[in-house]
Amino acid sequence: MSGAIARHWRRKPLLIASRPLRWALYGGALVYLAVAVSSVHVNWLRLYDGLPRGWRFVQGFLAPNFLARWEDILIGFQESLTMTVTATAVGILLAIPVGLGAARNISPLPVYLVCRFIIAAARALQEIIVAILFVAMFGFGPFAGFLTLSFTTIGFLAKLLAEDIEDIDEAQAEAIRATGAGWWQLVNYAIQPQVMPRLIGIGLYRIDINFRESAVIGIVGAGGIGATLNTAMERYEYDSAAAILMVIIAIVMLCEYGSGHIRRRLL
Amino acid sequence: MLRIEGLSKRYRAGVPVLRGITLEVPAGQVVGVIGPSGAGKSTLIRCINRLVEPTTGRVSLKDIDITALSRRRLRQARRRIGMIFQEFALVERLSVMENVLSGRLGYVPFWRSFTRRFPQADIEAAFALLDRVGLSDFADQRADALSGGQRQRVGIARALEQNPDMLLVDEPTASLDPRTARQIMRLIREICEERGLLALINIHDVLLAQQFVQRIVGLRGGEIVFDGPPAGLNEAALTRIYGEEDWTAMRRAADDAPETGEERSEERMAGLI
Amino acid sequence: MPVPAGAGRPVWQHRSTRARLAGWFGWLMFVALFVLCWQVMTKDTIWSFVLDAPQQAADIGSRMVPPRWSYLDRLWWPLWDTLNIATLGTLLGTVIAVPVAFLAAGNTTPSRLALRPLALLVIASSRSINSLIWALLLVTIIGPGVLAGIVAIGFRSIGFVGKLLYEAIEEIDAGAVEAIEATGASRWQVIDYAIVPQILPAFAGIAVFRWDINVREATVLGLVGAGGIGLQLQASLNVLAWPQVTMIFLLILATVVLSELISAKVRHAII
Repeated sequence: MSGAIARHWRRKPLLIASRPLRWALYGGALVYLAVAVSSVHVNWLRLYDGLPRGWRFVQGFLAPNFLARWEDILIGFQESLTMTVTATAVGILLAIPVGLGAARNISPLPVYLVCRFIIAAARALQEIIVAILFVAMFGFGPFAGFLTLSFTTIGFLAKLLAEDIEDIDEAQAEAIRATGAGWWQLVNYAIQPQVMPRLIGIGLYRIDINFRESAVIGIVGAGGIGATLNTAMERYEYDSAAAILMVIIAIVMLCEYGSGHIRRRLL
Repeated sequence: MLRIEGLSKRYRAGVPVLRGITLEVPAGQVVGVIGPSGAGKSTLIRCINRLVEPTTGRVSLKDIDITALSRRRLRQARRRIGMIFQEFALVERLSVMENVLSGRLGYVPFWRSFTRRFPQADIEAAFALLDRVGLSDFADQRADALSGGQRQRVGIARALEQNPDMLLVDEPTASLDPRTARQIMRLIREICEERGLLALINIHDVLLAQQFVQRIVGLRGGEIVFDGPPAGLNEAALTRIYGEEDWTAMRRAADDAPETGEERSEERMAGLI
Repeated sequence: MPVPAGAGRPVWQHRSTRARLAGWFGWLMFVALFVLCWQVMTKDTIWSFVLDAPQQAADIGSRMVPPRWSYLDRLWWPLWDTLNIATLGTLLGTVIAVPVAFLAAGNTTPSRLALRPLALLVIASSRSINSLIWALLLVTIIGPGVLAGIVAIGFRSIGFVGKLLYEAIEEIDAGAVEAIEATGASRWQVIDYAIVPQILPAFAGIAVFRWDINVREATVLGLVGAGGIGLQLQASLNVLAWPQVTMIFLLILATVVLSELISAKVRHAII
């Protein structure tokens, strides 16, 4: 309540109010950066050697070669796409019961814990690591890839579905409960209408992710275009590699455009 | 008839919301429950169909002890208790007809409700009800396309589709403009008379309550502090329910503008709480 | 939908006959597609291997325990590399992503016809290609090692950060921008005073979120030679040293869980 009008103004710090702490954090970040950067060993000679290869890759993008390996490319994409479709379908189908079970507002505690555990297990492991394990168990080929993608789809979708169900408008569920509806009727009349649009949205998004992943897990032998890509890169056939990458990008963009279109129509 | 005996509710580690409510309502009576926010109005009616589990006490409807029922029996009991909600609580992405038919969920097996193949009688009843509430042209509209008053009419139709013995009505007009609020209250009152329904209506607008109910129960701090006919709601009673306030001013304002001053009832209501 | 007016018993159908037929047809097509895909996918599958899987799993499982704890000593340095790949990669990615996002956002782009589609293409390409594939490519160009990992993570992050950031920019309150413009501010001043304050929390959240994902991805980049703990994983897998593999998995799991916790905490603090 001082009468004098303040004459100095300083911008209020954005995140951390305490001055010493702020400087300590800045200092720490700077030290870390210096240490981290200096611990990166760069072989400049190798880098220099690689430059022409980089240039060749850029050229490969300008003149992609679809023909040299077109049979491998065809089989690779066939595997990737079929894997994507089957794994997404199976994953969604299995994710729905798990997601229902993992929503605290409609499931009893034991079921909730089991379903949450499944989700945590499916999400904790990298796709690649899951693929390594499945390849070791089921042998090389797209079947292992299908299992990998289904498994990770369950974790992803069930978690989002459960969160959605926990976020629903409780009043609508209460109204349906008050009519004397059973659990299945509650799910069908109060939960499903509320979460369906987003479930479809997430499912479409997952198709997209699964396709992108299907292009990677081939590197560890789980089928798909990744194996073809790996071979092309290892042999420095950048024109073929560029062709494969361009097809991947095109399919992903197509998926995104298509799913965006469907989502707009649904909402 | 509805009988409530010694009903108490205490949420985990909190002050009790209801303390020993005892109330008896004969069949066909329309009761308005008034009281300040947090008095326990909403908990009271939810304890009757056990959307909220009471801590102690008994609720019985037509000599069935609802508080003692198993889950399955409870669902059967809920079929006969229609409920109307403050924010309408329609399932917004379902059509009006589906919302009304959801009143039959307790009666039909899951496969019928899942495939939307309700018995013909239910469908006829639903059309009749939509006609009664003046929405027969809206059957296939999605619920979120309707206005507030229309939504509450759908909510009423859903409750009646249950063919209830009793209506629980939770602040039916709180989300509506004064004119629509009056229409909705009138509709509820008429329907109760037509069907001889017992109804418990939570309402915070005292004037609206006085106009449309037969008996008023005043709640404060989880206890009944007034129980009597609307005419008996004098200044002393209002002070008991809501605390000190200039009630004569409110009444004068009400008398000044009886029918046309409806728009101001929201303001008056604000003065009460 | 058939709702006959007037006399007669009212009929109500959830869907019209045509819509119902279309629905059935859609499901039929979907099942057919699934069966077709399944058959194409499994035509070379050796089912005896699949049936054998439980045995294989038990076999591998028995080899995997107990983990070789002593191996942990040789994992700390690769773990440090992995964290550096994630952090420096995120930094590289965000530094590039910020200008790209401003070029891609409809309300800030200087040129709707030329620069915006270009920026969107950069974002889409970066997003379509997994960091492991970027690593595969970069290892052949700049040689195996941590640098390839950092650049791979950085390239992949451009698309992610760029997309979320440009969407955040497009969602800002245009009124504030107008108000600042009305004071006679220059383009950069408008960005500084009207846009940056609105997107800063979102930006910080996105960057931390991506860092968390990057830690996850950096753990396996070594499989293609791009440095970090994945190198050890690859080496152990090659010699079928399962107890070491278990040890690496455990360490990766701990790192991932920890980074997710940190990122969740930081994002919570920001928002």
